[in-house]
Amino acid sequence: MSDALFEYLCRMGDNTLVLGHRISEWCGVAPVLEEDIALANTALDLIGQTQLWLGLAGEVEGKGRDADQLAFHRDVWDFRNLLLVEQPNGDFGRTMMRQFLFDGWHLAQLKGLMTSSNDQIAAIAEKSVKEVTYHLERATDTVIGLGDGTEESHKRMQDALDRLYPFVGEMFIADAVDQAMVSDGIAPDPSTLRPDYDAMLDAVLAEATLQKPTDDFAHKGGKSGARHTEHLGHMLTQMQWLQRAYPDATW
Amino acid sequence: MYAQMIKSTGEGVKSLDDMEPEERAFQERINAGGKIEPKDWMPEGYRKNLIRQIGQHAHSEIVGQLPEGNWITRAPTLERKAILLAKVQDEAGHGLYLYCAAETLGVTRDQMTRDLLSGKMKYSSIFNYPTLTWADMGAVGWLVDGAAIMNQVPLQRTSYGPYARAMVRICKEESFHQRQGFDIMMKMAKGTEAQRKMAQDALNRFWYPSLMMFGPSDAESVHSAQSMAWKIKMNSNDELRQKFVDQTAPQAEYLGLTVPDENLKFNEETGHYEFSEPDWDEFFDVLKGNGPCNTERLEARNRAWDEGRWVREGLLAHAEKKRKTAIAAE
Ligand SMILES: [Fe+2]
Ligand SMILES: [Fe+2]
Ligand SMILES: [Fe+2]
Repeated sequence: MSDALFEYLCRMGDNTLVLGHRISEWCGVAPVLEEDIALANTALDLIGQTQLWLGLAGEVEGKGRDADQLAFHRDVWDFRNLLLVEQPNGDFGRTMMRQFLFDGWHLAQLKGLMTSSNDQIAAIAEKSVKEVTYHLERATDTVIGLGDGTEESHKRMQDALDRLYPFVGEMFIADAVDQAMVSDGIAPDPSTLRPDYDAMLDAVLAEATLQKPTDDFAHKGGKSGARHTEHLGHMLTQMQWLQRAYPDATW
Repeated sequence: MYAQMIKSTGEGVKSLDDMEPEERAFQERINAGGKIEPKDWMPEGYRKNLIRQIGQHAHSEIVGQLPEGNWITRAPTLERKAILLAKVQDEAGHGLYLYCAAETLGVTRDQMTRDLLSGKMKYSSIFNYPTLTWADMGAVGWLVDGAAIMNQVPLQRTSYGPYARAMVRICKEESFHQRQGFDIMMKMAKGTEAQRKMAQDALNRFWYPSLMMFGPSDAESVHSAQSMAWKIKMNSNDELRQKFVDQTAPQAEYLGLTVPDENLKFNEETGHYEFSEPDWDEFFDVLKGNGPCNTERLEARNRAWDEGRWVREGLLAHAEKKRKTAIAAE
């Protein structure tokens, strides 16, 4: 049981860690100053959530690892984030499409966690919901604005959607860890979140004049850790470098 | 300081008696500590001088994101990453307030951005130096934000209302940045041998460039005299540099680090530190575009602007479509 809970908390924390890191790569080079500020703000929220999720994961594990040890001293196969969030930023359109696709799932997931039987999880969810509600609003506006903008922006957003859609399915596939969470009343079954998500997606894409790909194929292997993409390793070499190079130092 | 070598009218300061009534009233208001607001009459020289100064300050905040952004993806802990992200976000916010303040003088942010990207407008020399180790995040906060504060605190009393108000908001955040930078330096200086070495190396590289931030001595400058009469500039460059050294030297000692200046010593009689001047040839080289990172910094800003064009155009086109639909529905 506590193994499954540890796994589950790593999933939540690794999603926010990896996506927060990805967005922070935009620092100082966004298309417009207001976006620099908004992207930094989103990254900041996600890193803050990471501290909570991974901090709790370390407590549950009970081996004396804290959030930093989990973030900076695990290798690729121990990461439990969705494949979607480790995808490279691409252009600003792809970054915002990835954000939108993730936020829609993330918000639904967090809302489900607010009534978790685990009080600490419910508290983290409650704090995060406020932040993520805003992330989703902003990502939605951007997807609509750029989808239904110029010919070029429309094409770039359609390309982004086509490229990222195969990573949507993994968010809703329930496995043994999820089932353990459901039976303990800790977390919702992700597959039950799909219909509302699809309805939201269809509405936004219609307004954005974008076409949802017809192929529902889903890549898997992120949340189980079984098969990440090649991109995650490169991210970790950068993110973990100082900690690994100077393991006896405190910062 | 984020504004260096700002040109004023280049003419001497006029006496009150030589002024037309309008200008005289303007100057008397400034002398009495009053504020000038956007709709008030102002001499053309005052307006242009302010645009140059506020614009350069804003550009410095924007370009200043880059040397620190360089370490966000390599920050050693989640806490440090969050603090650095928040700092860089603050700097972008400072840029935004300052562009807004400059816009009240009749120039657009787009125009100022184009002038930055073409190299016509400058940003502070300090951001053309590289950040090579994590200790540089400490040194930048401690020394660079520290030097910026020296100049910005008095500017809270500057004569131009929107500029003064922007400074009040900015100063609160800058003093946080400086404390956070010092905190990083503390951890490094009291850490392992390798960390101590990084801290000393960062101080060695950032000491003189920080002194250069104040600009060369301007005791004789007609530009500075005019700016000071208008209360756009509150202190001379040498005054601020001295204040900075007086504040920073004991902090370096507290950290157990050595300021890279053999001549640095406290003078009991004056109550101030004596110190060596930075290499002003290097300063002018940096201003001319020959600093270690000028090319990369401008390239990065230009790339961001060019690659972001489709985004700005797309969002604009969408807003326009929505506006038209709204009108059609009325
Ligand atoms: Fe700033
Ligand atoms: Fe700054
Ligand atoms: Fe700052």
